[in-house]
Amino acid sequence: MKLKLNKTTRKNFATYGVVILAYVLLQVMKGSLSSSLKGMLVPICAYVVMAISLNLTVGILGELSLGHAGFMSVGAFTGVTAAIALQNVIPAAPLRLAVGLAVGAAFAGIAGFLIGIPVLRLNGDYLAIVTLAFGEIIKSIFNNLYVGIDKNGMQFSLLSDKTNLAEGGKLIIEGPMGIGGIQKISTFTAGFILVMITLIIVFNLVNSRAGRAIMAIRDNHIAAESIGLHVTHYKMMAFVTSAALAGAAGTLFAMNYSTIMANKFDFNTSILVLVFVVLGGQGNMLGSIVAAAALTVLPEMLRTFADYRMLVYAIVLILVMLTTNNATLRSWFSRFSLKNREKEAA
Amino acid sequence: MATRQKTKLVPIPSKSLVPERDVDKRPILECINLGISFGGLKAVEGFDLTIGRTEIAGLIGPNGAGKTTVFNLLTKVYQPTMGTVLLDGMDTHDMTTAQVNRNGIARTFQNIRLFQNLTVEENVKVAMDAHMKYNMWSGIFRMPGYWKEEKIAHERALELLSIFHMEDLANAQAGSLPYGAQRRLEIVRALATNPSLLLLDEPAAGMNPSETAELMENIRKIRDTFQIAILLIEHDMNLVMNICEGIAVLNFGRIIAKGTPDDIQANPAVIEAYLGKKKEA
Amino acid sequence: MTFLNFLISGISLGSIYAIIALGYTMVYGIAKMLNFAHGDVIMVGAYICFYAVSRFSLPPLAGVVLAMLVCTVLGMLVERLAYKPLRAAPSLAVLITAIGVSYFLQNTALLLWSSNPKVFPSVVGNGKIEMFGGQLTISHVTIVTIAACVIIMLALTWFTGNTRMGKAMRACSEDKGAAQLMGINVNATISMTFAIGSGLAAIAGVLLCSAYPTLVPTTGSMPGIKAFTAAVFGGIGSIPGALLGGLLLGVIEIFAKAYISTQLSDAVVFAVLIVVLLVKPAGLLGKQIHEKV
Repeated sequence: MKLKLNKTTRKNFATYGVVILAYVLLQVMKGSLSSSLKGMLVPICAYVVMAISLNLTVGILGELSLGHAGFMSVGAFTGVTAAIALQNVIPAAPLRLAVGLAVGAAFAGIAGFLIGIPVLRLNGDYLAIVTLAFGEIIKSIFNNLYVGIDKNGMQFSLLSDKTNLAEGGKLIIEGPMGIGGIQKISTFTAGFILVMITLIIVFNLVNSRAGRAIMAIRDNHIAAESIGLHVTHYKMMAFVTSAALAGAAGTLFAMNYSTIMANKFDFNTSILVLVFVVLGGQGNMLGSIVAAAALTVLPEMLRTFADYRMLVYAIVLILVMLTTNNATLRSWFSRFSLKNREKEAA
Repeated sequence: MATRQKTKLVPIPSKSLVPERDVDKRPILECINLGISFGGLKAVEGFDLTIGRTEIAGLIGPNGAGKTTVFNLLTKVYQPTMGTVLLDGMDTHDMTTAQVNRNGIARTFQNIRLFQNLTVEENVKVAMDAHMKYNMWSGIFRMPGYWKEEKIAHERALELLSIFHMEDLANAQAGSLPYGAQRRLEIVRALATNPSLLLLDEPAAGMNPSETAELMENIRKIRDTFQIAILLIEHDMNLVMNICEGIAVLNFGRIIAKGTPDDIQANPAVIEAYLGKKKEA
Repeated sequence: MTFLNFLISGISLGSIYAIIALGYTMVYGIAKMLNFAHGDVIMVGAYICFYAVSRFSLPPLAGVVLAMLVCTVLGMLVERLAYKPLRAAPSLAVLITAIGVSYFLQNTALLLWSSNPKVFPSVVGNGKIEMFGGQLTISHVTIVTIAACVIIMLALTWFTGNTRMGKAMRACSEDKGAAQLMGINVNATISMTFAIGSGLAAIAGVLLCSAYPTLVPTTGSMPGIKAFTAAVFGGIGSIPGALLGGLLLGVIEIFAKAYISTQLSDAVVFAVLIVVLLVKPAGLLGKQIHEKV
């Protein structure tokens, strides 16, 4: 087929371009970045992946999820556990990280599938509340899960440490204490690669028969059924992909810290990611990326406001929602932004 | 104005009427005593209808007679509480809406249901999904299967759009189209599923007379090109009487008359249903 | 006898959830929005009452009334400033705004009242009734909580059924456009709904902190989420559903804590919610609306 760049393709390439440019720029400027900002590079990548993956559920599939941090949690705990368990088997850190990411994504994908079975039967706000419920359940489980490893393999127990590890064994997940002593093997480059892979997966999925079907279901599920689409199948495909990507983000995020606890991935984290998606625009991946990066850095930049920074954050959030949804302002803005976007993409 | 074409309806073994040319073939659709009740209310009952393989049939009746409900029963949006639907000889009782479509029924909607945020071309291509084979991974990794099938789908979509001369609109957003174009796109989308029976729910609603005349020609053209059966609900009597070969009249959920346009126009029960009872002088 | 004790504390906790859930359900019914800031109005109510009683030595009842007044005004103000401009906006935008309001209230509380936990003095004292030779104890707070819940339910049922404003509320929740055409002032009705919901939130806050006396700026979050769950559980938009959902949720939570595990009680509560929604997709008393084709 002739390479015809339609509007979507152009926008997708612009997004890849922005991400690569940002990476290159940050690599060049690395010396002059403040240490706090440097420390945020990996979390920014993780949140960007979270935002893109949630946008697949919210923007493309059109279902509100309030428990996306749950999948991040599954990815973080399983991925890190795998990396720790494989510490002696795979000495090369990048390879171990890659395996950890794959394991995190796989388990989060499985969790997404299991949760998707009941969740995708519901719709609207009921679906949203059930995802919230699953997020809380996942948090409770990891808060009470003990996993150890010894020469007999993995040992699991719930509520209290009953693992009875043999000599030389090691407790990996310690209930509410989470996982400690993690080797911080996540790097900005790994984060960048994960963001790029995520973008490729999401863009190519959206621009294939599956993506068309998923968006068709979002736009009108009755019409979608009437043209023979298997609604549940496609909804599940989007949901599981979204969950798996969130799992990888979770592993990346967790491998950037020496300890990780289940409470990090609570309702507030789910909401935080949802804010990225809504501010960036539903279905707009570049918007999600920018919003995730900006809003992760923003509280840091507001450090001068000290105590007031979260208050300022809240006010900014409300004002942005009010102005972006104001009809008069919106038409005023669109006059500029449309032209600019065309230029940018060309 | 389109010229009126006359078709002779002949009885087939089950005493139902189909056009003469379809008589040796199995009918595409047979409804036997079809009905549904919501709570105690019988919205449709005792609905018997047979449609020949290449017939253009009409379903008419006053507002609220249950015409769209019949479409919803045929496409399994509602599960019938009584009776049987045989689609090309297959009982659709256990099929879902999607399965019914994959077995041959495609439809349009009275209140247009397009995929508003997709382009015109995507609206058509998504309807070909059942005929596409490449899987999710081929899509993500852009394997040869993806390019091959997408190319075929693209060309087929433009070909189908050309029926209504809509190729130029291929990249427009479906929701931004004018009303008439949206109705036509719904028909194209339904055709893209490769149906053997096309259900059109008020295809001419909101169209002006010249648009309606063009639509009539196109409905006939669709039947001739694709050799499929078409069942349409329509209030425009000119259109119905001109292109339908068999007509069924529904009132209060029951069929009150069936036959050729001439039969229907002369039927006193039909006149009564539409105009009310003639006052005894 | 321990079973009965658990049951009573479950009903008591459930009554608080029910009162909060009423706020959620009424607002959802009329504005079709998930008001995530509702939980934080509870916290504000509790703080107002706390300061009124412990700093300004007002009688407890006056403290409660003051808290209700402040919360009512707060609720109406939030609606006017943050939600009303978004009446036509997509529901997600409204949801994010509600979350913004929630952060705003929490952080304002943090600045005004610091993160140090306040020990909330029970507004009805710490007395209790002992029965069966001390085997069954019911605290005064429990009795007042359950009584308050019953009174509020009866009053609301009467209000929505018999008053002009109540009927207007029901009309608006059915169809805002039609209600407006019938001469109902939709904006005033929505404002009134927020006022009532927020006033109830203040009562819930005082009762919650009387039973569980630690007060911090995030006190309202978890009970807010649970009450929201309760509202969905019973069928969001339905007033009896909020009562039923709240009571069941409270009882399940206490029983899960007592008989299964304290740490996993939240997981049990949410698991029950999921099961209920799978069986009854619109909640226990909710009406399933089918899309017309």
